[in-house]
Amino acid sequence: MRLACLCVGAFLAAAADGRLTAASEPPADLAEPSGALRRVGPEGQGHAEATRAWPLLVRRPAADLPVLLAAMDGANPLARNWLRAAVDTVADRALASSEPLPLAALEAFLRDTHHDPYARWLAYDWIARVDPDRARRLVPGLLEDPSNALRRLAIEQRQTEAQMLRTNGQLAQARATYETALRAARDVDQIEALAAALRELDVPVDLRDVFGWITRWQVIGPFDNTGLAGFERPFPPETEQRLDAEHDGKTGKVRWREWIVADPYGRLDFNRALGAAKEVTAYALTEFVADIPRPAEIRLGCKNAWKVWFNGKFLFGRDEYHRGAEIDQYRLPVMLEAGVNTLLVKVCQNEMVEDWTVEWEFQLRLTDPTGTPLRSPTSHAAAPKPPPSPNPNEPSP
Amino acid sequence: MKRRVRLPFLSLAAALASAWGADWPQFRGPHGNGASDETGFAWRLDAAENLAWQVALPGRGLSSPIVVGGRVFVTAASGPRQEELRVLCFQTIDGTLRWERRFWATGRTMCHPKTCVAAPTPASDGERVYALFSSCDLICLNFDGQLVWFRGLTHDYPNVSNSLGMSSSLVAADGVVVAQVETDTESYALGLDGLTGVNRWRLDRPRLANWTSPVLLPAEGGPRQVALQSGRGVAGVEVRTGRAVWNYGEGASTIASSAMSGPRLFVPSFGLTALDLDAAGGPPRQAWRAGNLRPATSSPAVLGDRVYVINDAGVLSCGDAANGRRVWQVRLNGPISASPVAAEGHLVAISEKGVVQVVDLSGSEGEVVAERDLQATILGTPALANGALYVRSDGSLWKFAAENARRKTR
Repeated sequence: MRLACLCVGAFLAAAADGRLTAASEPPADLAEPSGALRRVGPEGQGHAEATRAWPLLVRRPAADLPVLLAAMDGANPLARNWLRAAVDTVADRALASSEPLPLAALEAFLRDTHHDPYARWLAYDWIARVDPDRARRLVPGLLEDPSNALRRLAIEQRQTEAQMLRTNGQLAQARATYETALRAARDVDQIEALAAALRELDVPVDLRDVFGWITRWQVIGPFDNTGLAGFERPFPPETEQRLDAEHDGKTGKVRWREWIVADPYGRLDFNRALGAAKEVTAYALTEFVADIPRPAEIRLGCKNAWKVWFNGKFLFGRDEYHRGAEIDQYRLPVMLEAGVNTLLVKVCQNEMVEDWTVEWEFQLRLTDPTGTPLRSPTSHAAAPKPPPSPNPNEPSP
Repeated sequence: MKRRVRLPFLSLAAALASAWGADWPQFRGPHGNGASDETGFAWRLDAAENLAWQVALPGRGLSSPIVVGGRVFVTAASGPRQEELRVLCFQTIDGTLRWERRFWATGRTMCHPKTCVAAPTPASDGERVYALFSSCDLICLNFDGQLVWFRGLTHDYPNVSNSLGMSSSLVAADGVVVAQVETDTESYALGLDGLTGVNRWRLDRPRLANWTSPVLLPAEGGPRQVALQSGRGVAGVEVRTGRAVWNYGEGASTIASSAMSGPRLFVPSFGLTALDLDAAGGPPRQAWRAGNLRPATSSPAVLGDRVYVINDAGVLSCGDAANGRRVWQVRLNGPISASPVAAEGHLVAISEKGVVQVVDLSGSEGEVVAERDLQATILGTPALANGALYVRSDGSLWKFAAENARRKTR
């Protein structure tokens, strides 16, 4: 109680002198040092100024924590870490010297979803360290939070509730709670745990739909990748994607054909689509229709060498084979255009013959920056429900 | 031949010991070969009273603890994707946490389940601690936990990452911290200014996945060099400038790292290959090659005139450092990923299941004289410092020491 009074006092004091309202416009004596940290860039750019500024920031009183957190808004990932170290140092020192943290201001910061998601999570983390009950009360409201780390907490809470309902025999309520949590979940481990719990309660879950994999593709290949030279070699699909075109492949003429992915994890398996082969390259093409221009992420998992083009522009590539794959292994930010957007993927297979080098595949989805799947009828085949029915091309898993 | 090799062993070991004291500032200790010059360790690990303290760690890690100036520095990673990077500093005397700093990974955190994001061992130059993670985030802190600088090497070089995970540890000397970030797609060795974190130099390296660590070479009066190992071999490079000085191009392990002792570098290559380095910068001379001294995941250790390797069957082999002749073998409780460390006639090897084994090296055969099952998965190499043994798992950090060593705080 005493702590709460102190915190309210600190909040009022901070509000009175303008520190809270100034969260997006730091006081003059904070603007320059926090600006120096925000200017750090690649290869040590800006470090000289930042290393001079950082000690000035960590001398600030704990009441300035929201201002320091707000400095993360729009900061690059390097600058965000410089600022985080300052926030943690100030908060550590405050706790060690019994200086109260401005809990009300931190909560206000957390509640403002315009702030940087990482900064908001950090605000929560310090609230939770000092006042766990206060933090717990905040969690239910975070189910649809733009910060995945915060959203995760709310989902964990729902999972616990659902488990208790299930234990108590309240199966309908348990199902509903699990379903609510699954709709909100963005992290793979939580999605899989929730889907498993629902299946145990006889609720079918189509993971293709939950993850939002792109399942409708045009594929072409195989092209040559002898000596791994195919990764750099621009085969015709890189320059024109005319679906009625015919090209010289590795073993003869090759043409585009439609391929619908049935795998619950969205894996387009070229060994099935084109025939098992080694030292080969293939392409997959899809179109994604967006209503409005919007930021998005191409999220790819692939254990073969790959390249991605978006709307005809090369985005990124990786010349690595069989080191492993996982969902959302690579996240490529893009800006969707209103209307049709094209997405071309090149996937190369190497010469290795061991069992663990057979895979020649990838999985891909488009999401918003928080991981919410984006869908388009041109790139998503209608999901057969439930369970996935036999697919024209692939047997059901 | 024997005498010519052994004398520099002793003199250089003494010189380095005086420079580093009894601390353990980097992967495999002050000499980068797993050996400590100290005495007074509590080798009876099975005795309950020799456990000085045990503290909980907040995340996964298989990096080694390093010990400098009465502080133990440990790295760890937590969160669903291990994206929360942690650097922790404990007091050696009682295990009290002095500070912890946390960062968000800016590079990829995917790795094989057996390894983790906190795999590379940090390093210290005695003033600052440098911590590298598999996400290729490199953090410099002073001993009070104040941030000196932060670099995101994958942020800077977007294809520097390995989907199995990165593990190459750091070395720091002459105001430069050296990092090898070498992958199938993009590979560099970097010399970063210890004070500012900016690149002093950047070398293109073979585009091959590489988990080995750089090894500092004795200064020998000239510019200090670092040995950079890869699947192609080993290159000697000046620490301050990145200038390539010599090259051994016959191939080497991409997992087990070399070990230096005196003028001789023991390279995991065709089993083990001993190279005598030329102080004048000429090409190294192959002293011997031993196919039956074949390190697997763990790196060799060198103590006195003996070199020790552990193979993939958990067999510890002792070789004569002078000629590569295998002297004895003993089967340990394996499998073993942690590199062995050794001091005052004893060697410590830890199985992946957490059985710490002390081997007495003084006889004609190696003999396991103590075992302690810590009942935890342990892949990280332990540290020997100030008369104490430090061991870490994903969940704990242990200090083993005799009563008198517990009071050493430096």
